[in-house]
Amino acid sequence: MIKDITIGQYFPGKSFLHRLDARTKIILTLVFLVFVFVCKNFWSLGLLCFFAIFSYLLSRLSPKLALKSLKPLIPIVLLTTVLQLYYIKQGDIILQWKFITITDTGIYTAIFISIRIFALIVMSSLLTYTTSPTDLTDAIEKLLSPLKVFKVDVHTFAMMMTIALRFIPTLIDEIDRIMSAQKARGADFESGSIIKRLKALIPIFVPLFISAFKRAIELADAMSCRCYTGEGRTRLRQMKMTYRDIVAYAVTALVCGGMVALNIIFEHLI
Amino acid sequence: MIMEKIIEFKNVSFRYSDDETDALKDLNLDLYAGQFTCILGHNGSGKSTMAKLMNALLLPTAGSVVSFGLPTDNEDNEIEIRRNVGMVFQNPDNQIVATIVEDDVAFGPENLGVPRDEIRRRVDEALKIVDMYEYRRHEPHRLSGGQKQRVAIAGVIAMQTRCIVLDEPTAMLDPKGRREVMAALLKLKNELGISVVLVTHFMDEAVLADRVVVVNNGGICLDGTPAQVFSEKDVLQDIGLTVPKPLELVSVLKENGVKIKGSPLTCAEFVECFKEFTKNRG
Repeated sequence: MIKDITIGQYFPGKSFLHRLDARTKIILTLVFLVFVFVCKNFWSLGLLCFFAIFSYLLSRLSPKLALKSLKPLIPIVLLTTVLQLYYIKQGDIILQWKFITITDTGIYTAIFISIRIFALIVMSSLLTYTTSPTDLTDAIEKLLSPLKVFKVDVHTFAMMMTIALRFIPTLIDEIDRIMSAQKARGADFESGSIIKRLKALIPIFVPLFISAFKRAIELADAMSCRCYTGEGRTRLRQMKMTYRDIVAYAVTALVCGGMVALNIIFEHLI
Repeated sequence: MIMEKIIEFKNVSFRYSDDETDALKDLNLDLYAGQFTCILGHNGSGKSTMAKLMNALLLPTAGSVVSFGLPTDNEDNEIEIRRNVGMVFQNPDNQIVATIVEDDVAFGPENLGVPRDEIRRRVDEALKIVDMYEYRRHEPHRLSGGQKQRVAIAGVIAMQTRCIVLDEPTAMLDPKGRREVMAALLKLKNELGISVVLVTHFMDEAVLADRVVVVNNGGICLDGTPAQVFSEKDVLQDIGLTVPKPLELVSVLKENGVKIKGSPLTCAEFVECFKEFTKNRG
């Protein structure tokens, strides 16, 4: 059961999006996230959705995957919808019953915000779906490297991220092993009150922490045996911007420009 | 022929903390280039401590360790020593740094500041030597224990060290993984001329070495070729070690009046002895 957990899932492939430079993908995702909040009416939102769907098709990932990533959001979306419907009192009243007043503006806003949230998640999960963790950390290191001016140790930060990613599966295996060992000795993780269940987790986390520290010490030894000092390193992987990246920047720029134009031409909804 | 000394232990003593007994006591040992040396001992004999002293992971409490002519207690020598003496540990999970096999093999050369094209060449070559080239794009946690250890060995090869020290690399592996690792080590010694120091408690690994050093209670107990060392059956049994199975079989047969000759260390050698025996009986 615990093995189903996957953080920053990556689905290898050879599509246009997979081949984009990881830096490009991070920057464009950030730009997209900003522009989700820039659009003010259904016209620009439509363009935004079109762009999101287009990107998804470009990644050649199965549409089921997109639906899967949206599933956990349904409660959040429902909650915001209810709140929007309840609190927005402007516009024509459609339904009035006791203290509940639903207006047309309320309905529009609720739909609008739901679509925004969905677009947000689809695009940001697309980033991890099409970029390997290694590329992602490399790209973050490169993008943050200007911070070196402010004495921020960007390299160590990236190294920490790499090691964390590397050890997630190892530690998941470890938790599995410890849980089995405790169950074999009669530990019960599945019944009782929440407090009882939380208490049952202590015998899992104590051994987990002890072994994690042991692993850390050994890993540090192994790293210093391989002459790691954090300075003067070269890299096997090299990130290269190609014509693909230029195309991606250009398309995103056009879409963003289009959204601003649509915002100006048509009236604002919110 | 005078053999080049690679690692010298000079009157080395070592203790982990003040209130503990010495892990090593006044130990003297020279290791030579191009040899496959096996350091044999049971748990707590001090053999892992010896391995860690060889590349300055630990520093002797008394005496000195000289690695490729460089004393390990001088901090300025540290990088140079580790460039010469690579190390592989027992638990394969705790020595792999990267999330992709070839990135991990590249980790050492990257640290040494080797140019990119050269890293590419070395990584491919090292992975081919340990027979893991087709796994280069795999994630390490999906590999078997033997495969992970071979990746770790490739990581050392890619640094082009002159000597590789392995601290019980097969202790956590299944028999198949053990064979794979041993085959890779013999290839290193025979084809690349890298000196191998293998710390182990498996007899059947020790018989493949050029030289076996038996350690007990922080001192050297026996030192010689596998044939010389394993002829001292009583000494080995006294310190809780056994002799290789084929040799034990022959000695049990002899004790029971069977007139079989020779002292085979491997199964192949035993077959030869047995053929000889049946031939003589006619």
